[in-house]
Amino acid sequence: MPTTRRRFLSLAGGVTVAGTIPVVTLRPLEATPAMLTTAIRNVVGEAQLRTGRVKLDIPPLVENGNTVPMTVSVASPMTADDYVKSIHVFNEKNPQPNIGNFHLGPASGRAQVSTRIRLADSQKVVAIARLSDDTFWQVAADVVVTLAACTEEMN
Amino acid sequence: MAALINVPAKARRGDVIEIRALTSHIMETGFRHTVDGVLVPRDIITSFTCRYNGAEVFRAELFPAIAANPYLSFFTVAKESGKFEFEWIGDNGYSSTASASITVE
Amino acid sequence: MRLWRAIAAATLFAAAPALLAGEIPPDARRSGYSFMGPETRAMQDDDTSNPGMLFVLDGEALWTKKTGGAEKACADCHGDARGSMKGVAARYPAFDNALGRPVTLDQRINLCRANHQQATPLPYESRDLLALSAFVAHQSRGVAITAGDDPRLQPFVAQGRDLFMQREGQLNLACTNCHDDNFDRRLAGAPITQGQPTGYPLYRLEWQTLGSVERRLRSCMTGVRAQAYDYGSPELVALELYLMSRARGLPLETPAVRP
Repeated sequence: MPTTRRRFLSLAGGVTVAGTIPVVTLRPLEATPAMLTTAIRNVVGEAQLRTGRVKLDIPPLVENGNTVPMTVSVASPMTADDYVKSIHVFNEKNPQPNIGNFHLGPASGRAQVSTRIRLADSQKVVAIARLSDDTFWQVAADVVVTLAACTEEMN
Repeated sequence: MAALINVPAKARRGDVIEIRALTSHIMETGFRHTVDGVLVPRDIITSFTCRYNGAEVFRAELFPAIAANPYLSFFTVAKESGKFEFEWIGDNGYSSTASASITVE
Repeated sequence: MRLWRAIAAATLFAAAPALLAGEIPPDARRSGYSFMGPETRAMQDDDTSNPGMLFVLDGEALWTKKTGGAEKACADCHGDARGSMKGVAARYPAFDNALGRPVTLDQRINLCRANHQQATPLPYESRDLLALSAFVAHQSRGVAITAGDDPRLQPFVAQGRDLFMQREGQLNLACTNCHDDNFDRRLAGAPITQGQPTGYPLYRLEWQTLGSVERRLRSCMTGVRAQAYDYGSPELVALELYLMSRARGLPLETPAVRP
């Protein structure tokens, strides 16, 4: 790998963020296992969901559920006729079961995506990969979210 | 408001390169309430696209469970010298772009 | 949840052996970084994935932007911040001759705006003030903290120390009870740190944004159920000064990332 360089780019436009700190509170509201199943079925349809080939890298014990680093990788040669089409990540107990859908192709070279997610509580995270032969593969991980002491939240 | 893009300046043809994109955005979930019980409306980035010399090489649909100041890392094969273009689209007409160039030898 | 946390905190301190409040010796001083998990450390270590750098970039743009009635930019007086601002944040809060008291970096930026740019002050915790402050402090990354060395600051350091040792709030806890006597233990699952302010303004995962040491102090005060001092109050400035002098010798990390 060549040495990477940093690029600092200022973007024109964009949204303005108020300088004040909003005092907000979360109401108890969470997705149900049924919602998770439905969200997964919306992606997978009636296809068989197999276990394996997908790796989900997420800390088992996170320091703050507001920003949880996560990496999904799929064992695939990423050639023109054998590649990962998409990666879908879901959660069990946030207000909404979807986290993100990531679309790849043979040009990706490596089937790996990293991002940072929010987890409202200790729960299961599921990653599903759709391959070029339209088979679906999944992996699940349990994450324990510790609550910070002395937070600003008002609930 | 800034974005941080990390693309290698140079690569050999056929190298698999990592691209990272970090941008400023509040990613307000739409599930929070003020102390007065008023719902704070959703304000998130819903879509991110990376094009390499015009061709889409990566696209993401984002939901409220993506953390504030969204960070994405993904890979692509260095095929030819040229330009990567990045586009973030979101609620309330949000749109921002960035670009980075690469030399492939 | 609040009640449960209060009980957890009370239990912890009831069970803890009676330790005398005492300062941490210099060679035992540790940044909050050393209390974090590997994922959060990785986020701070890499500038291309440290979300605090987004604010540093915004601050860099503001540094050269003309503003106020004087139509002057920070750079018009201070030039290239990489040289002129190196080491500055490691000395703040610093004594201000005209005011006869210490001022924080945020207050110095607003004094500059008022006196030299004829511009309105930036509100505490506003994006622009945090961005400028982060950009200035970032120039001192790796520089050892020396704040409080100025002998004129001595009474203010002492005031800050008194506040640090003073029990307050419904939980009747002083800063020292957690951050001198019980660091390395846990409170409701979170590690208790030494409270060394080495990376401010910093990106807190809980806040999902950058924030000042004053915001952190105020949330600690809310945590012990005390009335938090106002932003910019002499008490918060004295506390910040004492904390910085207590962190003497530790390198600045701005923008740090913390849970």
